[in-house]
Parts: sequence; structure tokens; C-alpha cells
Amino acid sequence: MNKSLIKLEISAFTENISISRVVAAAFVAPLDPTVEEVTEIKTAVSEAVTNAIIHGYARQGYAEHRGHASEATHALESENSENNEAGDNDFVQIIFSAENRVVTIEVRDSGVGIENIESAREPLFTTKPELERSGMGFSVMESFMDSVEISSLPGEGTSVVLTKKINGAQQ
Amino acid sequence: MTKQADLKLNVHGRVLVAAPSGELDHYKAERLRAQIDSTFEKSSCRHILLDMGGVSFMDSSGIGMIIGRYKKTELSGGRIVIANMSEPISRLFDVSGLSKIVSRAESAGMAMHMLGGSFDE
Ligand SMILES: Nc1ncnc2c1ncn2[C@@H]1O[C@H](COP(=O)(O)OP(=O)(O)OP(=O)(O)O)[C@@H](O)[C@H]1O
Ligand SMILES: [Mg+2]
Repeated sequence: MNKSLIKLEISAFTENISISRVVAAAFVAPLDPTVEEVTEIKTAVSEAVTNAIIHGYARQGYAEHRGHASEATHALESENSENNEAGDNDFVQIIFSAENRVVTIEVRDSGVGIENIESAREPLFTTKPELERSGMGFSVMESFMDSVEISSLPGEGTSVVLTKKINGAQQ
Repeated sequence: MTKQADLKLNVHGRVLVAAPSGELDHYKAERLRAQIDSTFEKSSCRHILLDMGGVSFMDSSGIGMIIGRYKKTELSGGRIVIANMSEPISRLFDVSGLSKIVSRAESAGMAMHMLGGSFDE
């Protein structure tokens, strides 16, 4: 495989996160990765897609039904949009490409964006502690991938580019 | 839309044994915590034994869920012990620093022993 490309677009519902992991695993399979490499890639993609949905589009799904006081109004809005299937325009785009065993995965959303990328990268930094987020997503992506590039414009959206060289079993 | 089969919950004396299965992502973690908390609150449990043997995938959503349950048991003067962690989940524990605050055990039996409980209760 020299160059290959898959573009996946999923609507911003938390139950769709698993689909992005399945496609990530299928995409790297022809490169004959180790089980560990597949897990690392699946985990990093899961982190970025989860962030796009729960932070970018502020969709938390189930948690809202339990009513978090600090986010009551916000939650209500999101709950409505989560139920509003027709006319739903919130999508997460996941673009997979590979060249010479280096896999690049870009996760994009058109959500609220990140105000301060530096602090977002900090371990334990989270803007959603009430949702039991640990603020470790970017740290996990950084430790499982070779590089993590974040670009974002408040009000426009966020793009996270993950790259990793697949050494595979043969080394 | 709760899939009860994805989580086994059993009370043994003061220990709530929770054994989730499948992929522990944000979607799943939200459901697990609701089910674990409601059983924990209704019972006279102080401790949680989280058996991860059936979990095939986990991301930071699982980390957040475990920290939340850790805090919950602390409030009731109890502890949480994690049993049967796979290699990838262990790595996630180390990356997130969770291994510094939450105890782990090789098996559910050992975890139960650490909590001073018994599966016969
Ligand atoms: N796509 C995004 N759109 C908007 N904000 C984002 C996005 N991704 C991340 N962020 C911001 O960056 C912060 C840090 O993200 P990170 O994934 O490290 O932690 P978290 O999602 O809060 O917690 P965890 O991933 O451990 O559950 C988030 O709390 C959020 O404020
Ligand atoms: Mg995150």
C-alpha cells in the first residue's frame, strides 16, 4: 500500500463513536500492524472523535437525562438537538490516509472550537469536570501516537491530526 | 436503550461487584456509571470491586468513570479495587496516573480479599 484514503463522516451522536474505531482498525489492517498498534490507533481515534462530539458539539447524550445541575440549560439544549434527527447538521469527519507505513488520521468538527490549545493539551485540563472527564484525552493521544497536531478557531471548529508509523510484527 | 447484559452487578455483603463487558467508551461509560451508582446507593455497600475481565476496549471515558466511582467509595469510607485488567488497559492506567490512586488485583478473588469481603456473603 503506497497511498490510500478513506473519508468517513458520522453524525455527532455518542453511539457512533464505536464506528470510527472499527473503520480505524480496518484501515490499518493491510499494513499488518501488531495488536498493540491497532489498540493504540483505535484509542487515539476514539479520544479525538469523543472530543468532537462532546466538546465540539456539546453532545453528551445519556448524561443529560440524569440532569447535571451546573449544566441544566445547556443540557436541555443538547438533549433537544440529540433528539432532533431531521435537519441535523452536526457531523464529525474522519480522514484516514497512509503513505509508506505512516498513517495519518484527521478528525474534524465544525463545533465551538478550542480557545486555548496550549492549556487543552495539559494533562488533567478539562472544561467538563461535571461529566466526569479526566482531562487525559490529549495526553493519551500523545502517548499512543507519534504526533498530535491541533488547530482550532473558536466558533469555527477543530481539527486534530494524528500520525503514527506502523512498524508491524516484522520490525 | 439500556443494555443490561453489558453489566453484571452483584452485592456481596459490603462489596458491590461490577463486571462490565464490551467496549468502554463515552457512550458505555455513561450507562455504566448510572447503573453502578443506583445499585450502590440502594445497597449498604461501601466498596466497589470492578472486574474488567470482560472489557475489550477502554479510552479516557473509562478513566473518568473509574475516578468518579473512586470518589464515591471514598465518601462512604470505602475503597475501589480493579481486577483482571488487560495489558492495554493497564497502559491507559499508567498514562493517566490512575495507577497511583486506584488499587488493582490479579483476580476478582484477590480483589475481594483486599476489600476484606467474601463471595460467599
Ligand atoms: N473538538 C473539540 N472541540 C472543542 N473543545 C475541545 C475539543 N477537543 C478538546 N477540547 C477541549 O480540550 C479539553 C481537553 O481535552 P481532553 O480530551 O484532553 O480532556 P477531556 O475530554 O476534557 O477529558 P477526557 O478526554 O480525559 O475524558 C476539553 O476539556 C475541551 O475543553
Ligand atoms: Mg477527551
